[in-house]
Amino acid sequence: MSLLEVKNLRVSFNTPDGVVNAVRGLSFELNKGKTLAIVGESGSGKSVSTQTITGLTRGAKVTGEAYFDGVDLLTADASYLRKVRGSQIGMIFQDPLSSLHPYYRVGWQIVEMIRAHESVSKQAARDRAIELLNLVGIPRADTRIDDFPHQFSGGMRQRVMIAMAMSLSPSLLIADEPTTALDVTVQAQVLGVMRTMQEQFGTAIILITHDLGVVAQMTDDVVVMYAGAAMETASRREIFYNQHHPYTEGLLQSLPTQGETSRLTPISGTPPSLISLPPGCPFEPRCRYAFDKCREETPPLREVFADPDHHSACWLSTDQDERVRVREESYARDEATA
Amino acid sequence: MNADNPKAETLREDVEHAERVPTTGESAGARTVAAVPAKKIEGRSPWALAWDRLRRDKVAMISLLIIVLIALMAIFAPVFTAWTGHPPNEQYHSTGLTLNGLPKPPSSTFYLGTDDLGRDVLVRIAYGARISLLVGVVATLITVAIGVVVGLAAGFLGGLVDTALARLIDVVLSVPFLLVAIALVSITGPSLTVTILVIGFFSWASVARIVRGQVLSLREREFVEAARSLGAGSSRIMFVDILPNVLAQVIVYTTLLIPVVIVVQATLSFLGLGLPPPTADWGGMISEGQAYYRVAWWFVLFPSVALVITTLAFNLFGDGVRDAFDPRTDQLLNK
Amino acid sequence: MTNPATTPAATSTGDPLLKLEDVRKLFPVHSSSLTNRDRDFVHAVDGVDLEVRPGETLGLVGETGCGKSTLARCIARLYDVTSGKITFDGRDVTNLSRKQMRPIRREVQMIFQDPYGSLNPRRRVGSIIGDPFSIHGIGSRQERKRRVQELMEVVGLNPEHYNRFPAEFSGGQRQRIGVARALALRPKMLICDEPVSALDVSIQAQVINLLLDLQSEFGLTYVFISHDLSVVRHVSDRVAVMYLGKVVETADVDELFETTRHPYTKSLLSALPVPDPDIADSRQRIILAGDVPSPIKPPSGCRFHTRCPKARPDCVKVVPPLEPVLGDPQTHRAACLHPLEVGEDMSRSTPQIDDTETVVQLREEGAK
Repeated sequence: MSLLEVKNLRVSFNTPDGVVNAVRGLSFELNKGKTLAIVGESGSGKSVSTQTITGLTRGAKVTGEAYFDGVDLLTADASYLRKVRGSQIGMIFQDPLSSLHPYYRVGWQIVEMIRAHESVSKQAARDRAIELLNLVGIPRADTRIDDFPHQFSGGMRQRVMIAMAMSLSPSLLIADEPTTALDVTVQAQVLGVMRTMQEQFGTAIILITHDLGVVAQMTDDVVVMYAGAAMETASRREIFYNQHHPYTEGLLQSLPTQGETSRLTPISGTPPSLISLPPGCPFEPRCRYAFDKCREETPPLREVFADPDHHSACWLSTDQDERVRVREESYARDEATA
Repeated sequence: MNADNPKAETLREDVEHAERVPTTGESAGARTVAAVPAKKIEGRSPWALAWDRLRRDKVAMISLLIIVLIALMAIFAPVFTAWTGHPPNEQYHSTGLTLNGLPKPPSSTFYLGTDDLGRDVLVRIAYGARISLLVGVVATLITVAIGVVVGLAAGFLGGLVDTALARLIDVVLSVPFLLVAIALVSITGPSLTVTILVIGFFSWASVARIVRGQVLSLREREFVEAARSLGAGSSRIMFVDILPNVLAQVIVYTTLLIPVVIVVQATLSFLGLGLPPPTADWGGMISEGQAYYRVAWWFVLFPSVALVITTLAFNLFGDGVRDAFDPRTDQLLNK
Repeated sequence: MTNPATTPAATSTGDPLLKLEDVRKLFPVHSSSLTNRDRDFVHAVDGVDLEVRPGETLGLVGETGCGKSTLARCIARLYDVTSGKITFDGRDVTNLSRKQMRPIRREVQMIFQDPYGSLNPRRRVGSIIGDPFSIHGIGSRQERKRRVQELMEVVGLNPEHYNRFPAEFSGGQRQRIGVARALALRPKMLICDEPVSALDVSIQAQVINLLLDLQSEFGLTYVFISHDLSVVRHVSDRVAVMYLGKVVETADVDELFETTRHPYTKSLLSALPVPDPDIADSRQRIILAGDVPSPIKPPSGCRFHTRCPKARPDCVKVVPPLEPVLGDPQTHRAACLHPLEVGEDMSRSTPQIDDTETVVQLREEGAK
């Protein structure tokens, strides 16, 4: 059975400018101990969806289902959600400083976190906190536990956040752009720590990121989001080497590749407004393959390449050879005109 | 910038959705899309956007209507005289006072009753509005003008200028305003000019402090750096780049300062430091009326109501202006 | 850049367009003591020598706090340097006054990281892009408008959007506005300070392409600052890697990536996430310990020794000069006492310095 199953999640916000459809029918599944990456650009709804699942979006209209350990989190009451957050779902965010209280020692914050969910003695909780800080690689954890958040560097703070999120050995860790604010060398450390923790506790991870490099090294499965909906879901290798959706393809094409120094191949245009989406496929206006049907009808997420784990919301042929042929023809035309 | 900020995203994406122009910088794969339809492309300024939001704010619009009505009442105060036949300072000893020499209650002759000297309260309220609004607006403008100049100079020039001005601000803010006002008026005697100057002199410091703070943060913004890298001089940066960004705050502060000043003016009048009699003004009327509150409730009530309505309207309008310039939903979503 | 039109210029041995000699920029730290005697300084840029030749792109990489943005602002003369010499186009511009700088400002322009912060939100785009003309008093009103619209066209904006406000554009379009403004005076050199870091991947590629096109069209010279090695590799002819205010390695781009000499460069390359699962799964990763030390009290000797897997006792004492090592050409310099051999596996190295020694050294430094 899957640990988390999200079905047809929809989130919208009322704003003075109209209704913003931030998430439009998102479904995905995550098994125990696995890592799922949700990839997308700004405004794709990747953060909003997990925030909604954990009950952290306010003032939004939410429909759909999100079963965590068999309980629908979207209909669960606030006290149950509070209990689940922290004890069964740990969370880390892009900016660790804003999630740590500046006026309390980090040790105190971890101890309080543990004692809020479990009845253990202060000393036991403290010992556990030190052990966790050691685990996430904070040197001299037994003394640093009494430091304040500002006395830690960015990378160290993110480690403290991970320690705190893992303090009750949750079965799911939601990491929302955990390394975006960090330098590459520190990012490598933090990603390493996340892996260690996963091995240690068997935690499943939802990794929200815009960085395809991080996705390539961290995950099992990938959901590619665009304009509030999943464009493609597949295993990591399928996404990188055998993608079906033109948006996934475009994202990968946009990246500077090693050793290649010609012009890049960006996706033209900009993402659509979430207030007034195009009638058909949301990616149609920027898509190099778009045809009439794309403008009229929104493609559903359907199985492609005869692979039950690979889904794509695109009207292009689901046959692998045909898809490859279409692609090669399109790029050949580009070459010819250039 | 938060990666997933639905509000901010849509605000700007909205625009692009309508425009989608082929650009030279884009890939060879870029589809050619027809150029923009023939609609006039005039950007909506932040001011226009704020006005739009303000217009949709019912409370603010009702407040504005009330303010306009009060302003009309002040401007056309003589109409009230014509309508009732009572000049503001005319004392009706026979018709306007009871046999015991007390004020008369509201009646068909005196709609809002009379005061202790037999004058028409309604007409005097209308004339009193002139004083309140005049002092409120003029003193506020003086305050804001001084405050903006000092705040800009202190924040932008920094260094010694800033230190000196910041200390000056502290000094002015720590002077007990009312005591000095009382002392000053007792020397010069009460007059409109003195009232305005006293208020202006003691209020600019708080404006200056706000502006200085704003400028200090604006000064570090990249667009100021960009202007510098283009070779722009200090005065250009101050007036072209920084001032327009402070202005929204200043406007908000101004609308919220006017009611404060009106109340301060009324307070001074109440304490007998306002305008020399027989000029009608609300503070003075309340002061005189309070002695009669047991026998002539209208005498103290109606000027008070006028004062409260006016200041409330300004305050609510000011709140609306603030929200219009700085919508809280934005703040909420931007964290 | 690999553009045929510009490459010859880049490799020709003409005079450099920009030359930095031992440039230092220290920022005083506000200390609680009232006396200036024991004031601390942030050593943001600490003795940088660099040359940029006409038509080339010099990539400047490093992590937060390495001083790359400060260096950019020193070059653009937004900051006065503490010491050292900056020569632009044969002229010493180190200590020019604001007035004397004016003609040079036309030649060196800057593109900023934050497409939201670098445009004044209360002004129309037309007037923002026209700023350089009005500041330098060029052209009539009509003339300016025409040239602004031309510029908008050049960077791929709709000239009809002349009267719009920055808020009405997306991040990528705003960065184009910034580029148009920087181009207005036909500068020789553009300093791009993380120009694509705040943009989404698909938009990033658009802006990088634009910058490449403009370079070949106008023969621009770029100083391109980024923390993203893959972007730097894509756009640069030469790269300088900075760490704690110093350049630790500089070389032609391919040389740097293929014959990496400095352990820090190697770790940066190794930490870079590669968007390719096979490579990501198979490659050896060197994960550096700890964080970048404080630039207020930088480590003694080689500044990287506190994190370097190859650190030896002499690294703590000797400041390594930036020079060709192991028979490299003059164009490839590394500041390292124990540079990496080609094919050396750094992940097997362990530092051979006594921790206590480092600490003692640091204390002595602090006591001075």
